Amino acid sequence: MTITDETIDYVAKLAKLELSGEEKESAKKDLSSILNYIDTMNELDTSEMEPMSHVFPIKNVFREDVVVNEADRDNLLSNAPVKKDGCFIVPKTVE
Amino acid sequence: MKVYETVIGLEVHVELATKSKIFCSCTTEFGGEPNTHCCPVCTGMPGTLPVLNKKVVEYAIAAGLATGCTITRRCKFDRKNYFYPDLPKAYQVSQLYLPICRNGGIEIEVDGVKKTIGIHEIHMEEDAGKLVHDPWDDCTLVDYNRCGVPLIEIVSEPDMRSSDEVIAYLDKLKLILQYLGVSDCKMQEGSLRVDINLSVRELGAKEYGTRTEMKNMNSFKAIARAIEGERKRQIELLEYGKPVVQETRRWDDNKDSSFAMRSKEDAQDYRYFPEPDLVPIEISDEWLEEIQKKQPELRDEKMLRYEKEYDIPEYDASIITGSKKLADIFEATVALCKKPKEVSNWLMVETMRLLKEFEMDPEEVQFSPKNLAKLIHLIDSNGINRTVAKEVFEKIFGEDIDPEKYVEEHGLKIVNDEGTLRSTIERIIKENPQSVEDYHAGKTKAMGFLVGQTMKEMKGKADPGMINKILLELL
Amino acid sequence: MDITSLTALELGKKIRSGEISVLEATKAQLEILKARDKEYHAYVTIFEEEALSRAKEVQSLIDTGELGDSPLAGVPVAIKDNICTKGNLTTCSSKILNNFKPPYNAEVIERLNRAGAVIIGKVNMDEFAMGSTTETSYYGPTLNPWNTAHVPGGSSGGAAAAVAAEEAFYALGSDTGGSIRQPSAFCGVTGIKPTYGTVSRYGLIAYASSLDQIGPIARDVSDCAAILEVISGHDGKDSTSIHSDNIKYTTALVDDVKGMKIGIPKGYIGKGLDSEVRDGVLKAAKVLESKGAIVEEFDLDIVDYAIPAYYVIASAEASSNLSRYDGVKYGYRTKDFDGLQDVYKKTRSEGFGMEVKRRMMIGAFVLSSGYYDAYYNKALKVKARIKEGFDKAFERYDIILGPTAPTTATRIGESLSDPLKMYLGDIYTVSVNLAGLPAISLPCGVDRNRLPIGLQLIGRPFGEADIIRAAYSYEQTREYARPDLR
Repeated sequence: MTITDETIDYVAKLAKLELSGEEKESAKKDLSSILNYIDTMNELDTSEMEPMSHVFPIKNVFREDVVVNEADRDNLLSNAPVKKDGCFIVPKTVE
Repeated sequence: MKVYETVIGLEVHVELATKSKIFCSCTTEFGGEPNTHCCPVCTGMPGTLPVLNKKVVEYAIAAGLATGCTITRRCKFDRKNYFYPDLPKAYQVSQLYLPICRNGGIEIEVDGVKKTIGIHEIHMEEDAGKLVHDPWDDCTLVDYNRCGVPLIEIVSEPDMRSSDEVIAYLDKLKLILQYLGVSDCKMQEGSLRVDINLSVRELGAKEYGTRTEMKNMNSFKAIARAIEGERKRQIELLEYGKPVVQETRRWDDNKDSSFAMRSKEDAQDYRYFPEPDLVPIEISDEWLEEIQKKQPELRDEKMLRYEKEYDIPEYDASIITGSKKLADIFEATVALCKKPKEVSNWLMVETMRLLKEFEMDPEEVQFSPKNLAKLIHLIDSNGINRTVAKEVFEKIFGEDIDPEKYVEEHGLKIVNDEGTLRSTIERIIKENPQSVEDYHAGKTKAMGFLVGQTMKEMKGKADPGMINKILLELL
Repeated sequence: MDITSLTALELGKKIRSGEISVLEATKAQLEILKARDKEYHAYVTIFEEEALSRAKEVQSLIDTGELGDSPLAGVPVAIKDNICTKGNLTTCSSKILNNFKPPYNAEVIERLNRAGAVIIGKVNMDEFAMGSTTETSYYGPTLNPWNTAHVPGGSSGGAAAAVAAEEAFYALGSDTGGSIRQPSAFCGVTGIKPTYGTVSRYGLIAYASSLDQIGPIARDVSDCAAILEVISGHDGKDSTSIHSDNIKYTTALVDDVKGMKIGIPKGYIGKGLDSEVRDGVLKAAKVLESKGAIVEEFDLDIVDYAIPAYYVIASAEASSNLSRYDGVKYGYRTKDFDGLQDVYKKTRSEGFGMEVKRRMMIGAFVLSSGYYDAYYNKALKVKARIKEGFDKAFERYDIILGPTAPTTATRIGESLSDPLKMYLGDIYTVSVNLAGLPAISLPCGVDRNRLPIGLQLIGRPFGEADIIRAAYSYEQTREYARPDLR
């Protein structure tokens, strides 16, 4: 698999990253070689296998519907780079 | 001009009526100061993990069973990845691959014609936060109170053809959910939100046209208007030979028009994958039976029962059961006073009148069944007359007062003392010789006048039957 | 002998007997670490004030008997910088969390606190645990105390180096593809990656959620078993946490491997393995055999596919887990921006290092529309095959033995130029994470450059007791080797 400029631009956009020209070139090279290596897993026949997202068969882990938490706003906002009126702040979102 | 058919499918988001959020123990209560219904989990702090609220699964199953869906016995959650400030983890935990309910449908009736609207799926997910524009600083304030409130998204098949069908479907869906108790379905608080997928095609065409998705309708009326507006817009485009663009549009009810929200360029690639932090849900026969057993009586069954058990006319039964709140009040009041017809009358006549006068929704009715039952008892035991009763009911409706206390405090009891009444009538006769003359001359209207005068003198607290009796006697 | 040369359990004993006070131990530790860390740079943040006042608090709890016979009471500990410590910096060795003070404690921190631990600081790591050398840390590399021209391994390189350099009695690390075991091997210390679900992940800043586990790094097997006993157990805040009864790990500290069946995968001692490492590992196997274990070689055919599957799954999960760092709620935010999208892009581009960006891009790619089945889903199937392969092996063997890493510690700067080469160094460790298994790495000698060699023992699910027993038995025949410390 060779990674094109378009693919790098696309994945950078998905990951919300801005790459310099140099970074883009090295990313292209690295991703190509990594994905080529990853392609070796196609040698393994997995047609009989179910995709396994959880390694152990745990199921039905629940909480009861009870309110325990209390307001803790100052603590939650303590790391916010910008805050105002008890809220996190972002540049104007366009609707 | 060609004849067009409108094809509509709905995505209905419903906030579930659980006490706590879907993945943490924060309250789901509406409102509150910004970011006070939050914890590290629902604000997406690094290192935090979700734990699923069992009630959410049970509510979703209940909704699925009530809408004829097949329950997915082994289901799981997936992550939907996208960046937006209302989504603190930058992914929404939702269900793509194995939604909890599939392949259901509900029957609607429009102009006497019955039709089944298919339900493609119902899935569970978490709600996002709220963004408020701050005009002073030209920035956006982010409040995560709604973040993590449990939602079910009910996705219909594209089976609807008109706004009437859409409203009928939504009315029915809303009632089902309210009767189940899984949601209060308050559109104004965002606990019922509807996205409309709409396309038009020439009547008889096999293929669907290009559809648009419309958001931000805050009432059923707005939904009807939005459908009409979008239908016209798409037909106009086609008539001018222009393509309909697949896009998301935002309805502006004030301007009575919609506008595109996102351009094609931003086409989303959500990169769904199984949520590794949550384990699969396996729904056993026993669990399913348990939920099935607890399913409450829904509207259609209730209507039939009212007709049969209480001898309530079909129309009245449909109005009362048309609101879960009214049906609840009806049943609770009947249980107290055992007079279904009386209760039904108060709901059908006075309650409806007042709702209309105050432009209220039946769900907003506040009074307690106990007070209505007491009122009915007061009338029955001849404690007050009907005129006074109406006045007292207005107080019950508005302030949920105790009618017994109120009547006592305001001296509204019927005066049953015949001596007082007789002397008042004697005085009225003496003061109105002309009317007495008219009466004897056969003018029946005069009798009504004399009754009215007496009632006025008695400040409305007399029994009209008794006034009549004494008047006839004295004349 | 210096206080700081004691093992955690030895110190705990002396504290309980009153021979050494908690404050004495804490002060001694702080003094040594401040001196030595100028050279090795194992720490990102030192909690000097907190540690000293905590030491006094713990002492009084010990004196009043409130801590019972907690074996680690009063023993200073270092924490990998991706484990949340309430109100204290937790940076993941990344610029993007350079000022992040979590509003809560990780579950393991709560458990350590209840056991009377004294946290002395946060230790360095590869940024967001992505790397095998601790060179991708935004705060600069940690050096290997055995030879400062070499890396300490990674990603828990700070933790392993701190324990080796006696800058900490023990440390908590995290292991997603070998991040506890490989640095333990490179630094000549002992580390356990527990069965997935044994230790709560609540408060561990996620790299790859389905693979991450917290575990102990210490100077010997006994310490590791005791620490694991404190931090393991079911936690209602982590849905993947497991109810397990086998948490009395210290009872497995028995010098007896008679009849234990040990398998060595041929692929683990073949091509690509440094000959001195092979000799060291096979010599250790002989020791176990001489003590009565039955040792044989076997084929574990799936070894070659573990790394590709690992990088697909880990990168995919990482790309999602790391999306929350957007400059809105916590951490770094870019200074100059024009609109929301710019805040996102610039914050992330300036805040993350290249290795993290690389993995987020791989992750975005393998999940993107049109590639999901070929990559992500395929990797999940390969994972199922790997699990199956191990299940079959454990029908015949109690434990699997092999090297932890193909070489001893590499030279600083060697791996950075070629990420794929660095990934290949994880060959013996990543399959263990994919299959959710427990594994221990412990030293089994040094090479000609006097760099430690790591022996890896892999157990069946929840088979921690087996690997602890085997490791402990082997350890009884081996002298603890320590780097030359100044």
